[in-house]
Amino acid sequence: MPTTAFADVTASDSALRRFLHGLPGVDAVGLEARAASLGTRSIKTTAKAYAIDLAISMIDLTTLEGADTPGKVRALAAKAVHPDPTDRTTPTTAAVCVYPDMVATAKEALKGADVKVASVATAFPAGRAALDIKLADTRDAVAAGADEIDMVIDRGAFLSGHYLRVYEEIRAVKEASGPARLKVIFETGELSTYDNIRRASWLGMLAGADFIKTSTGKVAVNATPANTLLMLQAVRDFREQTGIQVGVKPAGGIRTSKDAIKFLVLVNETAGADWLDNHWFRFGASSLLNDLLLQRQKLATGRYSGPDYVTVD
Amino acid sequence: MSDTPARLGVFKTYKLYVGGKFPRSESGRVYEVTDSKDKWLANAPLASRKDARDAVVAARKAFGGWSGATAYNRGQILYRIAEMLEGRRDQFVREVADAEGLSKSKAAAQVDAAVDRWVWYAGWTDKIGQIAGGANPVAGPFFNLSTPEPTGVVAVLAPRKSSFLGLVSVVAPVIATGNTAVVIASEESPLPALSLGEVLATSDLPGGVVNVLSGRTAEIAAPLAAHQDVNAIDLTGAADDEALAKELETAAADNLKRVLRPQAVDWNETPGTGRLTAFLETKTVWHPTGSLGASGSSY
Amino acid sequence: MNQTSTPASPSPFEYAPAPESRSVVDIAPSYGLFIDGEFAEAAEGKVFKTISPATEEVLSEVARAGAEDVDRAVRAARKAFEKWSALPGAERAKYLFRIARIIQERSRELAVLETLDNGKPIKETRDADLPLVAAHFFYYAGWADKLDHAGYGPNPRPLGVAGQVIPWNFPLLMLAWKIAPALAAGNTVVLKPAETTPLSALFFADICRQAGLPKGVVNIIPGYGEAGAALVEHPDVNKVAFTGSTAVGKAIARQVAGTRKKVTLELGGKGANIVFDDAPIDQAVEGIVGGIFFNQGQVCCAGSRLLVQESIQDELLDSLKRRLSTLRLGDPLDKNTDIGAINSAEQLARITALAEAGEAEGAERWSPACELPSSGYWFAPTVFTGVTQAHTIARDEIFGPVLSVLTFRTPDEAVAKANNSPYGLSAGIWTEKGSRILAVANKLRAGVVWANTFNKFDPTSPFGGYKESGFGREGGRHGLEAYLDV
Repeated sequence: MPTTAFADVTASDSALRRFLHGLPGVDAVGLEARAASLGTRSIKTTAKAYAIDLAISMIDLTTLEGADTPGKVRALAAKAVHPDPTDRTTPTTAAVCVYPDMVATAKEALKGADVKVASVATAFPAGRAALDIKLADTRDAVAAGADEIDMVIDRGAFLSGHYLRVYEEIRAVKEASGPARLKVIFETGELSTYDNIRRASWLGMLAGADFIKTSTGKVAVNATPANTLLMLQAVRDFREQTGIQVGVKPAGGIRTSKDAIKFLVLVNETAGADWLDNHWFRFGASSLLNDLLLQRQKLATGRYSGPDYVTVD
Repeated sequence: MSDTPARLGVFKTYKLYVGGKFPRSESGRVYEVTDSKDKWLANAPLASRKDARDAVVAARKAFGGWSGATAYNRGQILYRIAEMLEGRRDQFVREVADAEGLSKSKAAAQVDAAVDRWVWYAGWTDKIGQIAGGANPVAGPFFNLSTPEPTGVVAVLAPRKSSFLGLVSVVAPVIATGNTAVVIASEESPLPALSLGEVLATSDLPGGVVNVLSGRTAEIAAPLAAHQDVNAIDLTGAADDEALAKELETAAADNLKRVLRPQAVDWNETPGTGRLTAFLETKTVWHPTGSLGASGSSY
Repeated sequence: MNQTSTPASPSPFEYAPAPESRSVVDIAPSYGLFIDGEFAEAAEGKVFKTISPATEEVLSEVARAGAEDVDRAVRAARKAFEKWSALPGAERAKYLFRIARIIQERSRELAVLETLDNGKPIKETRDADLPLVAAHFFYYAGWADKLDHAGYGPNPRPLGVAGQVIPWNFPLLMLAWKIAPALAAGNTVVLKPAETTPLSALFFADICRQAGLPKGVVNIIPGYGEAGAALVEHPDVNKVAFTGSTAVGKAIARQVAGTRKKVTLELGGKGANIVFDDAPIDQAVEGIVGGIFFNQGQVCCAGSRLLVQESIQDELLDSLKRRLSTLRLGDPLDKNTDIGAINSAEQLARITALAEAGEAEGAERWSPACELPSSGYWFAPTVFTGVTQAHTIARDEIFGPVLSVLTFRTPDEAVAKANNSPYGLSAGIWTEKGSRILAVANKLRAGVVWANTFNKFDPTSPFGGYKESGFGREGGRHGLEAYLDV
């Protein structure tokens, strides 16, 4: 039990429900206003350079398409290792994130590099499959060398109030993940309310999530400043009460350096400096990287760059 | 030839009306009230500063319940006052005729108008909130509503000349909205006001909502104007005395009482809402609305 | 606490200075009084200096109005009144719309100016003050030709010349709150800005010229209290509008006693921000911080008394202190500054004295680690715990970044404590229970109640106090009444 402080709250479905429903409510307008207010921070010069490199290092460079091929994955891996071929001081991304059947290819392509391989699993993105299939999916990815597993929760079970079922599923996947770090995706756009996002965050952390992650990138609303702020509050409070630090990964919809920097401000001023590290914060993104690179080139040279000066992968 | 003497009438001892009771002045003093031809009518209590203080205590005590009553309930009670008054019409016609030197028919017109005034204000209790308040369309995700609320304890200097219609015209709007009142009756003609207390006492009006004092206006008004637990003052009764009005308004500034300055009023005209709104505060409450879900279109 | 200049936090993500450019505003070395459409020296030739409270740098020298100047300004306003009040409402409206638009056009300039003269963060002048100023003129512009429909009877008449005295905490916004409804209703005005913040009002005079506003409709007379008193006392002033301290408000109420002058007063407050145990805690913490540290707490409706339910006291205070440690105090022109300078040495002395009284009376004082700039007027965000109703800091308006924390056990106790004040301007309620919000809001004797939010303002929303917080309302349809003969 990773969270003995809360052992009793997961003892039964009703205890878990009481606990989750007893968490402080979230006022949507106030939460969004706070996120918007932090979004007005003006990050310039040295701070911007720091933030851009940090953001690059936090990217889970992702391809999750039905059309993915080994070639596509190898190109992505190369990009992760050398995001800007013209500037070898550019940090590597944190990981590449692929489907389980592409893990071996990615692992091979990243041999020797300090870039992790993350794999979505558990019948991503819908999560609509039997538990043993989800677990097999997970074990398959880990066996192929995945360092990290990005699972999706059963939103249907969550929304129908079967919290213990969701909890137990996460625990089972955690166990199946073995040494791999487990990111738990809530699909916040489907949970719909901020109260649900807070409850899901605690549920995930109680079940042993190493990361809590907003979304799959496959629905209309993915990461937003507000839902990420809310999850940052959750990991902050969870560490305060249990001593256990959990990471946060907003995914989907973050495309510009400006957006990424706003998220880093959220991290800095909500969870705090301890989370300003790719061990504790990630961006699930693909196109974001090129924009960060363009901004990085602009800072280095003083002139605006263009899309011809970053690689298209 | 009967030697049975003519029946001797029974005089009424006029008393103050404070906290729903009919005390004599704590000073033990009275003053002579005469009609317009200087004929003695009665002895009226000469209220003291202490009577004024007691009246404020009673009015404050009554404020929570009265302001918290539903507007519908207040309307019913004000209407009940009109009913009770109608039943004692003859008494008030006589008292008003004596007080103001009016013919019986003119006095009757005054009393009828006073009854109708209670009815007018009875109907306002549950409408003024809609007239004076409302939703404000703020530029943001907030529900925003302004509501009028009673100011609190109001000291009322009833008009000197119009001893009954004028009196009713200044008292009814104060209590219609949920304020409580300490009323100083017309100094020269206090008897209709003191009799009104008897009507109020039998109209389901909670004790202390209206308190009626008689005596020297300047003497009673001064402590009321300076009283820190009085929220507002209606100076109508100081209309003929600029110096007094100024002195009272100056004293009222100490706790920033709302002051209704004396002005020329034709009591026979239909009143507007001015006397209702004079003793109302506007409270504005904000609450976030927000979207139904976190997946809303805020981004 | 982070400071924009010297890093005090271990965070590797140290925000570099991000100053807003000063070059957008051109402050002249001296300004006159604006009377009858012209800038002029004071009759007695007196001047005073206005400084930047963040640096003590002299920004400009401004003519100081005396009684003779007040008289001249009132005469100009009187002369202009006849034509202005006779203009069709639609024409008056268009002048006000013009003013609103010019304010929008020049909003960055005015924001920087206000930050320089007042000391408040550019973030606030840019995102709060200026948008609200423009919105206020835009809102009342629309009323000018609709007064017949405002609920004050047919053809309501203006009062005449309005004498307006405004404070230094929101200089341009308070000007807007005064001038917009006055002009919409057909009055002309003489406005005295505060002596520590005259500049934005003088820039507004220039905006009136750009808008082609007829001469004498708006007159601006910078000066001290004596000019304000002369304006209030002037026999040809029909309306007095004042925002400022309760003490001065009472003096004005005495001054106008026995006259026919209509008066509205927007005075002090000691707002209670009530946090129940079922509050949305993270948002409540933001509301508490915004409630007392917005504009360095120099806000009449500040939530200066935190009333927290005892059962969540520790949790809430921990969160609050953690949050306060992230506030950034420093250069008001830096776009990342949360806490700017105190407006004047005098105000700083008052805050300091009251905070010392809090300590002397046994309350526990706490501030985040905080390095204050060496020049200018600064006060660290301060929280007092263990405060009771009997403490001076629970009763007196401090008008600074000082929060007094009190506790309660039941809703009744919360309401009783919240109302236990001669003031009655604002209050806050934090709870997820709807019926409790409505019940508590109903019982609070305060003119503005923010439930699950705080310090929100809007031109359509009436603002003003109960009891010694003043009388009359500004904003919304209610705000018109103050400038109409009704």
